[in-house]
Amino acid sequence: MSEFLDLLRQYDVAHAFWVNLQLTFWGGLLALGIGTVLAVMRISPLTSLRWAGATYVNLVRNTPLTVIMVFLVLAVWTQLGVTLSGDFTSNFFNFAVAGLGVYHAAFVCESIRSGVNTVPVGQAEAARAIGLPFLAAARIIVLPQAFRGAVAPLGNTLIALLKNSTVAAAASVAESSGTMKTLIEFHPDYRWQVFVTFAIGFVVLVIPIGLATTWLSRRLAVTR
Amino acid sequence: MRKHTIGALALAATAALTFSACSSGSVGNEAGSSDTANTADGGGKTIRIGIKYDQPGLGFQDGANFTGFDVDVARYVAGKLGYTEDQIQFVESPSAQRESMLQTGQVDMIFATYSITDARKEVVDFAGPYFVAGQDLLVSADNTDITGPESLEGKNLCSVTGSTSAQKIKDQYPGVNLLERPGYAECATALAAGQVDAVTTDDIILAGLAATDANKGKLKVVGAPFSTERYGVGIPQGSDQCEAINTAIGEMIEDGTWEQLIEKNTEGTGYTPNDAENPPAQDACS
Repeated sequence: MSEFLDLLRQYDVAHAFWVNLQLTFWGGLLALGIGTVLAVMRISPLTSLRWAGATYVNLVRNTPLTVIMVFLVLAVWTQLGVTLSGDFTSNFFNFAVAGLGVYHAAFVCESIRSGVNTVPVGQAEAARAIGLPFLAAARIIVLPQAFRGAVAPLGNTLIALLKNSTVAAAASVAESSGTMKTLIEFHPDYRWQVFVTFAIGFVVLVIPIGLATTWLSRRLAVTR
Repeated sequence: MRKHTIGALALAATAALTFSACSSGSVGNEAGSSDTANTADGGGKTIRIGIKYDQPGLGFQDGANFTGFDVDVARYVAGKLGYTEDQIQFVESPSAQRESMLQTGQVDMIFATYSITDARKEVVDFAGPYFVAGQDLLVSADNTDITGPESLEGKNLCSVTGSTSAQKIKDQYPGVNLLERPGYAECATALAAGQVDAVTTDDIILAGLAATDANKGKLKVVGAPFSTERYGVGIPQGSDQCEAINTAIGEMIEDGTWEQLIEKNTEGTGYTPNDAENPPAQDACS
């Protein structure tokens, strides 16, 4: 057992999980930004914006994340020569964050839209009645209530994002799934322990997120 | 209500743990029972051989056909063990699944660039080796400044996620920019596009990549191997096939087939296996 713990230290498993958390944080931030813009587009009165938002969501949501990652690295970096950072390693980290952000933005958008549905139509009508234009009504009246109603689905998206951050291995980021592969390559005699360790690692990370978002969604829910 | 949620979560976690514990136990049992099954139909029926599907020149799926050195050696050895061509069933065995596939009896033997290591010997047995490869570098044909791993400082290098070769670079040459891809074909693409300066893994895999139609004449193997990878035949622990496989490999080397197969699968790349190590003598069976 102590030999196995040494292995985990030698291959720096803790750091690998830390990379996943960093990917999740930055990817989540990017997804929240893009997703909010998309959600506003999808509830806007302009047909063309609604259409553009819907197209993005349907296109990106139905594309496998691995395909997006491989596209970013093989097409955008390899063939087009686009780089997101001067440093070789952080370049791929940034690509992975971009891939995660772009992909999960579609889910964030739909979560927020579900939150918008919890806001009674009367709220938007009242905003219109006092003369607020669309953007101001969305910013001041609708979105603050929508976010409070969308905490639970956003939490689900965050959990999915954390688990999906392992796909960053396809973008050459040294994170937990790549480390797991290396460990199995060198120490097949420990492969069950390795597998269980990584599975538990993710359970330990995911459960607090689930508990926190459930608690927050109850606390923040608008009582009507 | 909240207590309820936590209870449910705890239950789910325990269930997950029990499940994984169960599956590891049952896998061990299966390995035992399938072993006896294998020996029972040793003379007839089919033999399932694990190979790589994505390594041109070694184990490669080309439509319905399988080509490459590993595949050819597997056919020869299976032939010597008394199996005809249509009794051989090839199964894909990716690196990370090779031990599990042998233990659960999904395959009878594995010819898949499977290096003999002590850690692996803890869980599977090996016959062979039938080839000794070495980690080497693949560069574009007109490159002259990369002569070995020492000349890689500050250069971009590509290898496969989780592979022995990738780890060796990380451990011993930290000044190298390492790009990790899921497969070698993607590394070759990045090399052809000029985004990486070299691809690294075992020399014979690189020779196979260089020999594909898309890369012919554009890429070359540097030819300065800096590790020793002894490719063995993976068999389930306690298998009685080891001696027979070793005899077959010995005959293959003696009658000149071994050399022919190497030439056939690396044709046009100017690749020659490391003479000091090849052809290898087979280890004694445990």
